[in-house]
Amino acid sequence: MADDTAPVAPPPFVGPLEDKDRIFTNVHGFQDWGIDAAIMRGDWDNTKALLALGQDAIIDIMKASNLRGRGGAGFPTGMKWSFMPKESKDGRPSFLVINADESEPGSCKDREIIRHDPHKLIEGALVAGFAMRARAAYIYIRGEFIYEAKVLFAAVEQAYAKGFLGKNACGSGYDFDVFVHRGAGAYICGEETAQIESLEGKKGQPRLKPPFPAGAGLYGCPTTVNNVESIAVSPTILRRGAAWFNRFGREGNRGTKLFQISGHVNKPCVVEESMSIPFRELIDRHCGGIRGGWDNLLAVIPGGSSVPLVPAREIMDAPMDFDGLKAVGSGLGTAAVIVMDKSTDIVRAISRLSYFYKHESCGQCTPCREGTGWMWRVMERLRTGDADLSEIDMLHQVTKQVEGHTICALGDAAAWPIQGLIRHFRPEIERRINDNKGGAPMMEAAE
Amino acid sequence: MADAPHIPDEAKTRARWGNFAWTAENAEQVKTIIARYPAGRQQSAVMPLLDLAQRQVGAETQTQGWLPVPVMEYIGDQLDMPYMRVYEVATFYTMYNLAPVGRYHVQVCGTTPCMLRGSDDVFAACKNKGLVKGATTPDGLFTLTEVECLGACANAPMVQINDDNFEDLTYDSMSAVLETLAAGGQPKIGPQIERQTSCPEGGPTTLKEMVEGNHDYRGAWA
Repeated sequence: MADDTAPVAPPPFVGPLEDKDRIFTNVHGFQDWGIDAAIMRGDWDNTKALLALGQDAIIDIMKASNLRGRGGAGFPTGMKWSFMPKESKDGRPSFLVINADESEPGSCKDREIIRHDPHKLIEGALVAGFAMRARAAYIYIRGEFIYEAKVLFAAVEQAYAKGFLGKNACGSGYDFDVFVHRGAGAYICGEETAQIESLEGKKGQPRLKPPFPAGAGLYGCPTTVNNVESIAVSPTILRRGAAWFNRFGREGNRGTKLFQISGHVNKPCVVEESMSIPFRELIDRHCGGIRGGWDNLLAVIPGGSSVPLVPAREIMDAPMDFDGLKAVGSGLGTAAVIVMDKSTDIVRAISRLSYFYKHESCGQCTPCREGTGWMWRVMERLRTGDADLSEIDMLHQVTKQVEGHTICALGDAAAWPIQGLIRHFRPEIERRINDNKGGAPMMEAAE
Repeated sequence: MADAPHIPDEAKTRARWGNFAWTAENAEQVKTIIARYPAGRQQSAVMPLLDLAQRQVGAETQTQGWLPVPVMEYIGDQLDMPYMRVYEVATFYTMYNLAPVGRYHVQVCGTTPCMLRGSDDVFAACKNKGLVKGATTPDGLFTLTEVECLGACANAPMVQINDDNFEDLTYDSMSAVLETLAAGGQPKIGPQIERQTSCPEGGPTTLKEMVEGNHDYRGAWA
């Protein structure tokens, strides 16, 4: 018999978040992004004391905070930092690369951090770089973020002018540089090894792993690649403590998160909320509800284009976190929520994503280079209904042949949206094909 | 590939661009850029240099700019890279124009989040102003390109024209943007509706103190 005197864990906090617990207080850019305004909001507040905690203590706090990487894969950030060598045995320096190549359709959070709260990112770069004993950080910002890059270059200069970066950064005795590198329009450079290739001045084609970047990354030196949001939240976590960050979200999914809601909601927006907030709460509280009401919801892509869609009835009350969305056959990804109402041509919506992956395949691995184009062409046939019913299964089989057979995950990312479509909307695809065959209803089996 | 850019005639390109050299200002900028990377790793500077060169060509031709072959060779020489390595980079990334473009490079995002919010209307507005996908208008003013997600999905649909984003577009507001540009004016950058960046339309649901002043929330930390 259970011991009914034992305390029961309280239910997890799943929002709504209070303003005092929001990390990105200038996310909408109502105030100046500059360093003086940022200092007034709490950035660069005695960073020297944070560094004085020591490298191992910082990594321990990050591990205890249970922060999972915000770039999509959700790998524990503290653990990632701990993979970096504690001392250089052969004189090679270590590097931190910050992935600001935000290109996943639906994602627009790093943009808000960079143009409105850049000092959170730059301070995070110093703290993270120090913790992993890196010599410098390179921030790889996507080329199309032209205004954002201007802000970032200027913000870095401000930090140097105040003595927060460079020799003896923040008076800590540690030398650390931050450089900004602009991309030029290639989605694949968001993949960590492709990003490293691109930083080295080459085509952004992913490398085989191993060796992993922590062993041999940028210029053959130990390198960690982290997402902008993961880095930008780290100074606040260190200031407020791991326990504070653990107050939000369900176990294994702790913290706060920038959600980016696009598509058929009344008011699309970017907002910071507690992890695990129910989908319905997120939409009703911040987005003014679904366009045409909840009955008009068709499906949602909850984590950026690479994750499978989820039909309305399954997503409505799902918790928005890694495990909750995995349970409905999808994923949190970057928390880029693409909402589709019943006016959506769902096959076209997914077919357009197939075109995206065809466009962005780097061409290195045959299954992806050939497969993405092939999958898009068949998706277009399904969109118009100009196909045979057997092609649905054939397409599904091809997605399985692409998935897992490429160097990087772009092949998987191209396959999953199609698999999600077939899983949930097969009747709609079949209807189009049947309608296209002269409008005759499917023949009943003859007696 | 049918949609591959038509590389201009080489003899003509050489005659026009064979003597390309940095302007004094850009030459300084090049030094700053190369200094960002470790000694001996100057190849890392190829991307920023291609961008700078494209901008210089643009300034000289009153367009968004492009990358003639002699310019790429010039950069290869400067960085001690084989020309082919420069060409590989220039052809891999979509932001490098391999053929001349117009004064305004109209890059309409057509990926799903923008499509859901009406990028078809944005394309329709372009079409009705005489813009054709993948081509430059006869007056040399506009080049229309359909691009993949530009990362402004909460402000969809959007277009990037040269260095500026125009967001939350409709058929009418896109037409107005093109008209203003054609008339030599500067349309308002950013959302084309009453809206602060990616804040919900009608005002924030969070952090309302920030609207009025640079609020410091640390006083409420517990």
